[in-house]
Amino acid sequence: MDIVNLFWVYAFSIIMLLVIGIYCMLATFNLMRALIGSEILIKAVTLFLIVAGYVTNQGALAQCLVITLIVVEVVMMTVAVGVVLGIHRYNKSLDVRKIRNLKG
Amino acid sequence: MVLDIFLLSVLVLASLWTVMTRSILRSAIGLALTSVILTIVMFRLNAPLAAMFELSVCAGLISVLFISTISLTQPYTNEEVLERMKIMFARFKFLPILLVGLGAFLFFMNIRPFVPFYYKESLVDVRVFLWDLRRIDIFGQILILLVGVFGVVILFKERVKK
Repeated sequence: MDIVNLFWVYAFSIIMLLVIGIYCMLATFNLMRALIGSEILIKAVTLFLIVAGYVTNQGALAQCLVITLIVVEVVMMTVAVGVVLGIHRYNKSLDVRKIRNLKG
Repeated sequence: MVLDIFLLSVLVLASLWTVMTRSILRSAIGLALTSVILTIVMFRLNAPLAAMFELSVCAGLISVLFISTISLTQPYTNEEVLERMKIMFARFKFLPILLVGLGAFLFFMNIRPFVPFYYKESLVDVRVFLWDLRRIDIFGQILILLVGVFGVVILFKERVKK
């Protein structure tokens, strides 16, 4: 199997992961589930960076980028979970339809 | 090649289960499972250092973070949870149809690469890259971690009573 066909097998599953994550973020009303959808999107991007580094023979650079991406991901998730906990403390709910206080 | 296709299909199925499952706790566990399978894929693509980061941070730390948050914010009784699960399943039932349709579309379109690959020989090891060539990035990561710490501190700051 040559490297181009291998790249397209991987790209196929990356597109699948992106669609799953975007659908999860669009269809849910729960804030935690929206965070899980964004995690799946970030995993698709991680896989894409690693595959791009593999097919262009620049694996070291791709690994550095992925390590930075993982650090940013963890910080983003920690702050987002803190925001979710604060929303739950004041509204007693994680449903986004009940927290539209600034609407209008 | 067969193992690659098997692992990628398990990865897509695990993330689909993560999104489609009714309990949000199982959803967090499914996210950890997705992360573990992604780790195996990254090991097969010659990226062991990033794979270890993914395994320890995404499968370990973020799962602990999500599961503790879910246990802190579960305001419903069991009956309410079952009732909400039925509504949620009605919203998510279109996702497998959409995925199968997209897969068939991509398979039959038979898209060929439009990005030219260039196979330049990489001479630099990942350790040299990380510690010598990209040293500024490490400072950037430390700054990002500090930003996260200050964000959490400010979010959970107790108000001073006057």
